[in-house]
Amino acid sequence: MPHLWDSLAAGDIITAHEALEGPMLPILHAMQEHFGCIPEEAIRLIAARLNLTRAEVHGVVSFYHDFRRAPAGRHVLKLCRAEACQSMGGEANAAGLLHRLGLGWGETTPDGRLTVEAVYCLGLCACAPNAMLDGEVHGRLDAGTLEALAMEVL
Amino acid sequence: MRVFIPRDAAALAVGADRVAAAIAAQAQARGVALEIIRTGSRGMFWLEPLVEVETPGGRMGYGAVGLRDVPGLFDADFQNGGWHEKSTGLVEKIPFFAKQDRLTFARCGVIDPLDLDAYRALGGYDGLARALQLGAAQTVAEVKASGLRGRGGAGFPTGIKWETVRTAVAAQKYVVCNADEGDSGTFADRMLMEGDPFTLIEGMTIAAIAVGAAHGYIYVRSEYPHAIRTMNAAIAIARREGLLGRAVMGSAYEFELEVRVGAGAYVCGEETALLESLEGKRGQVRAKPPIPALVGLFGKPTVVNNLVSFATIPFILEKGAAVYADYGMGRSRGTMPVQIAGNVKHGGLFEVAFGITLGELVNEIGGGSATGRPVRAVQAGGPLGAYFPPALFDTLYDYEAFAARDGLIGHGGLVVFDEHVDMAKMARFAMAFCAHESCGKCTPCRIGSTRGEEVLDKIAAGEDAEENIALVKDLCETMKFGSLCALGGFTPYPVLSALHHFPEDFAPAAIPAAAQ
Ligand SMILES: Cc1cc2nc3c(=O)[nH]c(=O)nc-3n(C[C@H](O)[C@H](O)[C@H](O)COP(=O)(O)O)c2cc1C
Ligand code: SF4
Ligand code: FES
Ligand code: FES
Repeated sequence: MPHLWDSLAAGDIITAHEALEGPMLPILHAMQEHFGCIPEEAIRLIAARLNLTRAEVHGVVSFYHDFRRAPAGRHVLKLCRAEACQSMGGEANAAGLLHRLGLGWGETTPDGRLTVEAVYCLGLCACAPNAMLDGEVHGRLDAGTLEALAMEVL
Repeated sequence: MRVFIPRDAAALAVGADRVAAAIAAQAQARGVALEIIRTGSRGMFWLEPLVEVETPGGRMGYGAVGLRDVPGLFDADFQNGGWHEKSTGLVEKIPFFAKQDRLTFARCGVIDPLDLDAYRALGGYDGLARALQLGAAQTVAEVKASGLRGRGGAGFPTGIKWETVRTAVAAQKYVVCNADEGDSGTFADRMLMEGDPFTLIEGMTIAAIAVGAAHGYIYVRSEYPHAIRTMNAAIAIARREGLLGRAVMGSAYEFELEVRVGAGAYVCGEETALLESLEGKRGQVRAKPPIPALVGLFGKPTVVNNLVSFATIPFILEKGAAVYADYGMGRSRGTMPVQIAGNVKHGGLFEVAFGITLGELVNEIGGGSATGRPVRAVQAGGPLGAYFPPALFDTLYDYEAFAARDGLIGHGGLVVFDEHVDMAKMARFAMAFCAHESCGKCTPCRIGSTRGEEVLDKIAAGEDAEENIALVKDLCETMKFGSLCALGGFTPYPVLSALHHFPEDFAPAAIPAAAQ
């Protein structure tokens, strides 16, 4: 479970990385790991500590698809939508699952348990279609095995 | 008895961990003494999980092993190479493997990726030892003589890039490995990080010594958590063993190496956007010149190379440039780890000398489509690469031969589609992907791709097909010539090749057929 905002913990995260050359991305990754997203308070704190404007930090956070402004559901299922997975029917499987769950891309089930997101290639393209559930990879999926995967966490 | 089971992410995705656990449990229950060694993958993914057993004649394989097969394997005495219906015979005799020229990937799938002794036993660190003997200038000359060209896409001669950085005068220089591997249909970088990470460390160390850099970064995409873990573990081992840090291998050189993780932006694979990202900024493309070799990371001279380029360096230094240059054709010297993916029977990594035909790769090596239906199109070189119809399968795998057919080799990916593919949809996807990933710096890319998407939607809906097709072609010309980098500049390749080779998918009559 992500932690609630805590400026001391956030300060420690910055301290742990600020000696790096180009510390911004390592700090943002660590913040998101801890808080489940990049809260507004984090942006303010990073800006102050790295001597940047808030707009600059905002600019970085909003540029990268990985960084969230609000936490995701408890579990995150990433479905590959790139070409190799398309060639093996990935799109139809994904559409079927989203329909079953009543979700659009990037949305979370009302109980907050599962977020389904698009990803563009997981580098598993020779055993397509592929997905990643909470960092674990799953290949050669069909409509049934994909749904079973989602059901594991629902 | 030694049993080898991959821990490569693609093997894990099809159950390698479960199979390894079941084999360990079964061995214990039966009182069979087994040592399970987790390796990288050989790259024959249709056979994963591929379990290998050491026998006096070589390693015997058991392919596509499922949990249900495990008791049967023991009944068949697989630990001594016994026959089972999942037997593949000797792994190195499997045609897909036997036909390769495994130079860069020689150790991948063979050894425990974090076993430094195993790495050394197979020639590891001999390349660095020779580079230390040769000295910087001679090392760069060796890389030049090998003919190695960048494996990240642009095919620029690696030795020339290194020479520029070597002769640049600066107090500080960097080497940066581009392991962003954003191209769909590619996984060579991932496989190498997970299967033979010391090769990358050794290659980057040689580069650092050759150009006079003391600090290096490996920029890995965040979609690769397994590769990131293995790479970090290997770096820690190398540091402990004096292969990184002060006095690399007892020499006067210092080299520090660090993994940095991307954040889900395809454009950060473009080298200048990657440098911006490493510096902690938005991943926006820089105008060139100045080139990164002179003004790179934090404004310092920087070698940016693809992971496969770096990983090929130890072979070149160990065996000599001439041995490497002996493979290949024309100006494409050496080998390419071709990644055959998508709707294909035998998908995987096939490292081969340049000069094989596209058709051989798809039909003979790849075995045609996975679904058994006729192959209709192959996208070569990732999302910015052209679609090839079977009529062009005589194209030789060579940078220039692909360019002559308005295509590109890119990072070596091939994505196969069977006859059910809708090429109008694929063209639209190319535009949508460009719009999604554009760094926003130039109008043709940022706006043109969104416009392209809309117009392709109209074509799909049967609206003024002829006029709108002309409009798409126009947009493509604008993107080709008005974009700063290859995201906007090359997105026209998949779009125009789809229009050119598969016009029937864009004709109004195609609508009912596609909707079926
Ligand atoms: C949009 C875009 C994405 C790219 N993605 C990658 C990538 O993921 N990996 C890579 O090595 N090169 C990528 N490149 C090419 C790099 O800009 C650069 O040419 C390469 O890293 C140089 O290394 P090399 O000479 O060893 O190929 C990309 C280029 C563009 C325009
Ligand atoms: S072509 Fe696209 S990605 Fe490349 S610099 Fe221009 S806007 Fe950025
Ligand atoms: S295209 Fe889906 S994993 Fe590569
Ligand atoms: S350079 Fe991209 S619009 Fe001018």
